[in-house]
Amino acid sequence: MFTEPLLSGITLGGIYALIAMGLTLQYGVARIMNLSYGESLVAAAFAALWLFTSVSVNPLIGLFVIVPLAGIINWLIYRILLVPLVKRAPSRDALEVDSILATFGLLFVAQGVMLAIFGGNYFSYDFLSIPVKIFGATISASRLLALGFAVVIGLALYLGLTRTRAGTAIRAVAVDPVSAQLVAIDVRATAAFAYALGGALVAAGGVLVSMFLTFNANLGVVFTMKALIVVIMGGVGNLLGCLVAGLILGLTETFVATYVDPGLTLAATYIIFILVLLLRPQGLFGTRRS
Amino acid sequence: MSARNIAVAAALAALVISLAFVPSVANGYQLSLAINIMNYTVLATAWTLFSGPTRYVSLATVAFFGIGAYTVAVLGEVLAWPLVLLVAFAIGFVLSLIVGLSTLRLSGVYFVIFTFGLAELVRQFVTWYEVNVTRTLGRYVFVDITTEQIYWQLLALAVVVFASGYLIQRSKLGLALRVIGDDEAVARHVGINTTHAKVVLFAFSASFMTLAGAVMAPRWTYIDPAIAFNPVVSFQVLIMALLGGVHRLYGPVFGVIPLVMLFEVLLAKFPNHFSIMVGIAFLLIVYAIPRGIVGLIEGAQLSLSRMKGA
Amino acid sequence: MSAPLLSVSGLTRRFGGLVAVDGVTLEIHPGEIVGLLGPNGSGKTTVLNLISGALKSDAGSVSLRGRALEKLPAFKIAREGVARTFQLVRVLGSMTCKENVVAGLAFGAKSRWGAEADAAAENLLTRVGLGTRANVMTSELTYIDQKRLELARALAMQPELLLLDEWLAGLNPTELRDGIELVRSLRAEGRTILMVEHVMDAIRSLCDRCYVMNAGKKIAEGTPKDVLAHPEVIRAYLGDADA
Repeated sequence: MFTEPLLSGITLGGIYALIAMGLTLQYGVARIMNLSYGESLVAAAFAALWLFTSVSVNPLIGLFVIVPLAGIINWLIYRILLVPLVKRAPSRDALEVDSILATFGLLFVAQGVMLAIFGGNYFSYDFLSIPVKIFGATISASRLLALGFAVVIGLALYLGLTRTRAGTAIRAVAVDPVSAQLVAIDVRATAAFAYALGGALVAAGGVLVSMFLTFNANLGVVFTMKALIVVIMGGVGNLLGCLVAGLILGLTETFVATYVDPGLTLAATYIIFILVLLLRPQGLFGTRRS
Repeated sequence: MSARNIAVAAALAALVISLAFVPSVANGYQLSLAINIMNYTVLATAWTLFSGPTRYVSLATVAFFGIGAYTVAVLGEVLAWPLVLLVAFAIGFVLSLIVGLSTLRLSGVYFVIFTFGLAELVRQFVTWYEVNVTRTLGRYVFVDITTEQIYWQLLALAVVVFASGYLIQRSKLGLALRVIGDDEAVARHVGINTTHAKVVLFAFSASFMTLAGAVMAPRWTYIDPAIAFNPVVSFQVLIMALLGGVHRLYGPVFGVIPLVMLFEVLLAKFPNHFSIMVGIAFLLIVYAIPRGIVGLIEGAQLSLSRMKGA
Repeated sequence: MSAPLLSVSGLTRRFGGLVAVDGVTLEIHPGEIVGLLGPNGSGKTTVLNLISGALKSDAGSVSLRGRALEKLPAFKIAREGVARTFQLVRVLGSMTCKENVVAGLAFGAKSRWGAEADAAAENLLTRVGLGTRANVMTSELTYIDQKRLELARALAMQPELLLLDEWLAGLNPTELRDGIELVRSLRAEGRTILMVEHVMDAIRSLCDRCYVMNAGKKIAEGTPKDVLAHPEVIRAYLGDADA
């Protein structure tokens, strides 16, 4: 009885962690507070749905089409829409306000486009929803598969950031963009790459989510909110923090939905958020700053 | 008081009095347009009251507006109208204190994130409550308030919002907020309790929004959470304030009037693509006129006076 | 000797593994001008940040006339009578010079507001040499004038203790002479000042006593002449002779 919500909590939490990693790249490296982040996720979910139902492309193969495409689209969004703001901003705070406003506008455009195409109804598709038994609990195969992919992608990202030259450049820009420039890192190109990578990650999250959750065109805001909370709880720019915080959020939601009421999951999310703000605003693993 | 100040005060009084006569000359459609303009004037000015000087972008307008509307839906038949408004104000005040105290001690981004999700949280919570406790999702608003009365109440509320804004600007609190907006570290080191100042102002701003929602509620005969907490309202208020200009109290009005008209047309012509249109309009404003119409006018005046001076 | 105005004892602050300020103890008596010296990165500015409450200390105590400050938030410390300037000058960019000074007048323990504050602000601006620029936007000021304005804002709080963080840095020789004169005139008013400074001329001509820090620790104290001749101070600035 208890293992079932535990397992689904872990799968959900793993996906949240993956989604939050993309946001922490966009915010931590490119310094863009992207309020339209969840829209990328929902768009990817719709793309997977369309590929599966219209062209009968399996979502796992769809992943290899949708993720690079999302990366390119996000790179273009950064280059075309956000670079002018970066150039215009006199300070980091000013860029934060400008990027909040611009991406808030983008949110309504993206949401409007999806509403116009798909309407406000909930969608889902039937992919590998075969019940699997582990530790005496039943869970659908698609959910396990989604978790597996999230782990692989998250691990690849972690290794890429810590073991490669490009990854080191990204981390350097995250810590100190001015000094990064002094050691011949092209900060703007790195920021654009990190933004695109973040967009690709959230698209991967969207495809995986579409395999086991129902979704609609209005759901973006909720995912953005959850990703933001996970990023703050884990500490901005901290991948391990994303993982732990994502799991905490996923487990809390699943347990609240199972034992309290499914209608109160967002309320539970918010209570966690308030607790973090009151007790550890720098995040679970963040260091204290002035 | 200088002669100029007296003239301005007299002109403003004349403006308010003539606005009060709008219902007696306007037809039904015009009155409903006037109500829309008045409502958004209250919301956008209340938004600017806090977000203008502090530069903390609040995305929660509709959370408070919707709470006001729901207060009327729940209590409208139970209590006398002034009491209903008082309760709405009190609820808005308490909720904004909670939001403010948990986020405004920290840097602005936490506040933005919190307000970003707040409307959705309140909407889901109200939905949960209605489904599980009252067992009906929607509510009928039965109160004995005419359209004209709604207009007059909004006008009165607008006067109160502007008057409070004016008084706050001239007070120590107003100066404190401008110092915070310029440099929060300096603000603390000259002895400003920055959290206190921000929370107080946010609470006022949010309570005015709640009142606007309460006053507007009788416009609908039926409300449900999706109507009362429609996120497009927060978005529109933000656009109007930014288009007008947020560094002056009267700035938002310059955004409210053209945009209410524009949105009216867009909603009629493109009902299914409304939020796309609004999003594009918003992006244009953010990129092309970041300081708003008032900022443009002032910039032009400044360069004109420099040309004359040279 | 009179009771100290400010006593700092065992003040410590770590940033991650780095101990930026390590058990610093110092005392300042009313009417003194005390210099805080040391090589770059020795923790001087951090000491000012800890006294003024911009940062919280990990250990140690700070007290002003016996009142404990170390647990108070910055705005309360300001109201207790500690005013400061910033290493990188910080004026309020959207305001006029007069409004900047009024910001210093309005929120302190001896708050002034309205016509009284306007008059006081104009006096203070005259005091620092900005008498004619009361209604000029701060963004149009030169660097030295911004520094003057920052000082006027700090003085507006009628502080018992004034903290100057490299207030004389970055000035040309003429400006420096004016700046030193201005600080000297504050001494004549009986102000108590703790100044972080690199400009040796200023230290010699202004400070009654100095503390010298290196790598977070206090390494010397005494008159400017004595500390600048102290072997450990010379080593801190110039390195070992045999290195």
